[in-house]
Amino acid sequence: MGREVAESCVDAVVIEMVSAFCHKFYSAEPELAARRIEAIGYQVGHQLVERYTMDCPRFTDHLEAIKFICKEFWSELFKKQIDNLKTNHRGTFVLQDNMFRWIARISPNPLQENSTESSTPNDDNQAAQTTSMHLYFPCGIIRGALTSLGIPCAVSADISNRPACSFVVRIKA
Amino acid sequence: MAPVVPRSGDAVFANVERVNAELFTLTYGAIVRQLLTDLEEVEEVNKQLDQMGYNIGVRLIDEFLAKSNISRCVDFKETAEVIAKVGFKMFLGVTATVTNWDVEGTTCSLVLEDNPLVEFVELPDTCQGLYYCNILSGVVRGALEMVSMKTEVSWVRDMLHGDDAYELRVKLIKQVPEEYPYKDDE
Repeated sequence: MGREVAESCVDAVVIEMVSAFCHKFYSAEPELAARRIEAIGYQVGHQLVERYTMDCPRFTDHLEAIKFICKEFWSELFKKQIDNLKTNHRGTFVLQDNMFRWIARISPNPLQENSTESSTPNDDNQAAQTTSMHLYFPCGIIRGALTSLGIPCAVSADISNRPACSFVVRIKA
Repeated sequence: MAPVVPRSGDAVFANVERVNAELFTLTYGAIVRQLLTDLEEVEEVNKQLDQMGYNIGVRLIDEFLAKSNISRCVDFKETAEVIAKVGFKMFLGVTATVTNWDVEGTTCSLVLEDNPLVEFVELPDTCQGLYYCNILSGVVRGALEMVSMKTEVSWVRDMLHGDDAYELRVKLIKQVPEEYPYKDDE
């Protein structure tokens, strides 16, 4: 087992990062904030996968690489594997984690610490927006990991069954 | 006053949920890199990292008090020891040393010889003014403010700048005596 830190360090840094990009640096431009958060995830995924595959033989096809993400990669990050993998055999994969840690840690109605002035009736809407901002980070991680395995793709997330989270990977032809 | 022997954070660290440090280190690195791209000025990045740390410290103190079972510290000296031995250990898995006290006992240094934040990090020439670990100074400042100690925290040694250790200078500015709304032994 390599070096460890408290899980709350990762949580704290990610939550603060999302909050800073959404509410401070790009408060008027949520799309830019989202892109930055995704880019940070991408960088992390890219670097992690390089470390985790150092001693692996190269994957021979897409499915093998996706399975690696579902098993070894996910286990390193979340101490569990992806629970369910589906594919349409035409380049779309759905990776479902039934209990995604990073969703569980954000309460359904997060404190809008930095924007109390805007506690309007659409609080629900805001909460949903905050959650979706958080999801850009793991989406970026997956995209970064797959891209550095030679699989350019787009990744989105669906949390309509939270705390389950489905990541939809669309491989670019 | 005889200093209370500081508890070790080993047991607390063993009991918290832990993750592999690479995820943490690389995430932090990616954030710093993005801030450098977006904010351009190294000085501004230092400031924002410190501010992010402050916000984190303000929140982490609760978890720290809840999980560490630390009872109230009698003075700033004991507080510094607890941060170094229990606080750093509980979150980062490393222990700091408290040293270089001034005569008044209001300024000291926390020295880290091992720092998980900087693994794999090398500063390019364009970033020589960057305090890469500035988030840590913010965390310490934010956490202390929540226990009524107003401090100034700054770096005096930084291994990324060629020093032999990380040294964080912590200066107590003001201590607000406080009546807790709850008892220590509830």
